[in-house]
Amino acid sequence: MAKLELQNLTKAYSKTVVPVKDLSLTVDDNEFLTLVGPSGCGKSTILRMIAGLEQVTQGTVSIGGRDVTPLAPGDRNIAMVFQSYALYPHMTVYDNMASGLKLRKLGVGDIQKRIQSASQVLGLDPLLDRRPSQLSGGQRQRVALGRALVREPDVFLLDEPLSNLDALLREQVRADLKQIFERQESPVVYVTHDQTEAMTLSTKVAVLSEGYLQQLDAPNEIYRRPANRFVAGFIGSPQMNLMTLERVENSVLLGEFKIELPDAARKGSSVILGIRPEHVRLPQEGDCQIVRGDVFLVENLGMSDLVSVRLHGSDDRVLRAMLPADATWSRENIELALPPQSIHWFDVETEARLTS
Amino acid sequence: MTTTHPTATPQANATGIPWKKVLLWSAIALTVIFSLGPPMWELLTSIKTNSAITADSVVYFPSLDQFTVEHYVQLFQRNQFHIYIFNSALVAIVSTVLCLGIGSPAAYALARLRIPGEQIVLACVLVVTLFPYILLFLGLLDLVRALGLANNYLALIIPYTAINMPLTILVMRSFFQQLPKDLEDSAKIDGYNTVQMLWQIVLPMTLPALVTTGILAFIFAWNEYIFALTFITRESMKTIPVAAAQLGGTTLFEVPYGPLAAATVIGTLPLVLLVLFFQRKIVQGLTAGSVKG
Repeated sequence: MAKLELQNLTKAYSKTVVPVKDLSLTVDDNEFLTLVGPSGCGKSTILRMIAGLEQVTQGTVSIGGRDVTPLAPGDRNIAMVFQSYALYPHMTVYDNMASGLKLRKLGVGDIQKRIQSASQVLGLDPLLDRRPSQLSGGQRQRVALGRALVREPDVFLLDEPLSNLDALLREQVRADLKQIFERQESPVVYVTHDQTEAMTLSTKVAVLSEGYLQQLDAPNEIYRRPANRFVAGFIGSPQMNLMTLERVENSVLLGEFKIELPDAARKGSSVILGIRPEHVRLPQEGDCQIVRGDVFLVENLGMSDLVSVRLHGSDDRVLRAMLPADATWSRENIELALPPQSIHWFDVETEARLTS
Repeated sequence: MTTTHPTATPQANATGIPWKKVLLWSAIALTVIFSLGPPMWELLTSIKTNSAITADSVVYFPSLDQFTVEHYVQLFQRNQFHIYIFNSALVAIVSTVLCLGIGSPAAYALARLRIPGEQIVLACVLVVTLFPYILLFLGLLDLVRALGLANNYLALIIPYTAINMPLTILVMRSFFQQLPKDLEDSAKIDGYNTVQMLWQIVLPMTLPALVTTGILAFIFAWNEYIFALTFITRESMKTIPVAAAQLGGTTLFEVPYGPLAAATVIGTLPLVLLVLFFQRKIVQGLTAGSVKG
């Protein structure tokens, strides 16, 4: 059992520069945790603290119940895949994978066995004698991964391992990654700024902003019930429609259209309404909350159209809706339905989620 | 001509003379002659008989009966040049190794650690290079005397090391700076300790830069004249430049052109071989330094 546990982890470079603030979380065996957030949110710093490459200012890191905070990176039994792959340029692929094992004084037979099985999984067999400079980007990436796998570490750490690959390859390697790590027991911590990677790979996602943990949940939950305005805006593409609206008793006014507030949101002078473009639809029978406006921009995404609508009754309110490509609608005076169960409400002051 | 008519293709010019090519090749030829002329002349002089050297009508390329290796033989038999070669090699190699051995760790520290006053240290290193080194020589002479180092190899090795140090530190620092930090982090996670990491991961990647600075330091030490002339007076400890300059003819009025030319060739040959041998590494090292100099 090699549970990774972070307790009240804080990193401060100076009094004002504090990239990680009081972070606590655990990653169990068979769990794949993704740290996601915009650049500068502290996600890489967290990973480097787990690895021991960065000194911890406060708090503890423990692996399998063992406090590793004061230990050097090499003594933590972890493996890390870097964004730049960080392969040793003067060593062959085989030696790159073997170097860490040799330092751990493993027998030659053992080393060979491990490398063989890893290179089979990753398709590296024909490349073992090559040097990194003779490999393509995708191959280097696989070698970096292989180097981590042969270590059989207590924890895997991956720092944006896909961001140097082109889009097509990235998708393919993403699928490979998922399969490989589903077969692994050890916990995985994965850092990315790409929400697709976060959603597809993880069993748990931690959304970070400005050093604080915003939400820690399964990917589905993060998408369905974002804990606050930041998470709502960060996860999901195209971005969620977010509008601050004035409250009038039990409803708000979106342009000239009245929208009923649920009980939990009936407080304060105004609230934030959020609805994902893919949940805005053309009205069907039984839809009660309908808004109207004029289309001023249509972006064709292939399977659907992303339509930007200026709502009647206020010039600066723009609602974006994802409509099926085969639907018909008029550019002027288009009618759109906002299903109440798909609307998220957030507090204006705390930006926290209001509805359960 | 062709540049004023951009539409004129080489084919359209086929009947005339390809001026562009002619110009290019004559420029190349001129450059080669300009830079290789003097060394070639030395080389040819060193294998000509004395009478061919002093012949009234200049002999450019010696014919078979004007060809001789006698000047070289004389250098080794009468002038004991192998001793001077040994002295030069010893002083140059030791000072180069010392320079790299002391300078590279300093450069690494300056590149990687966040040292307070790093800029000041670098400025000091740079200021040292601004002095013409001849100015140092009087002060050094006093030092050499006070320490009793005269006629000691150390009297050359220590100043050569010191003079090459700024160059080593600056070049190596810019090289270390552009080595990706991830590699070192990766090595740490692999379990390398600091010494192992520097020795097994960083050093092999640094070889091109080490070779480049090493060769520059070696060339300086090999060619240095003033210190070697002043601090060493014992015949058996002289270096090649000094020995070559002190070559005398059989009579007071004879200038020994042949042996002089042969000594020059012998003095230059190791450097040429060194550079040719490490050529590719040098180019790598020089460009590495220049991109982020």
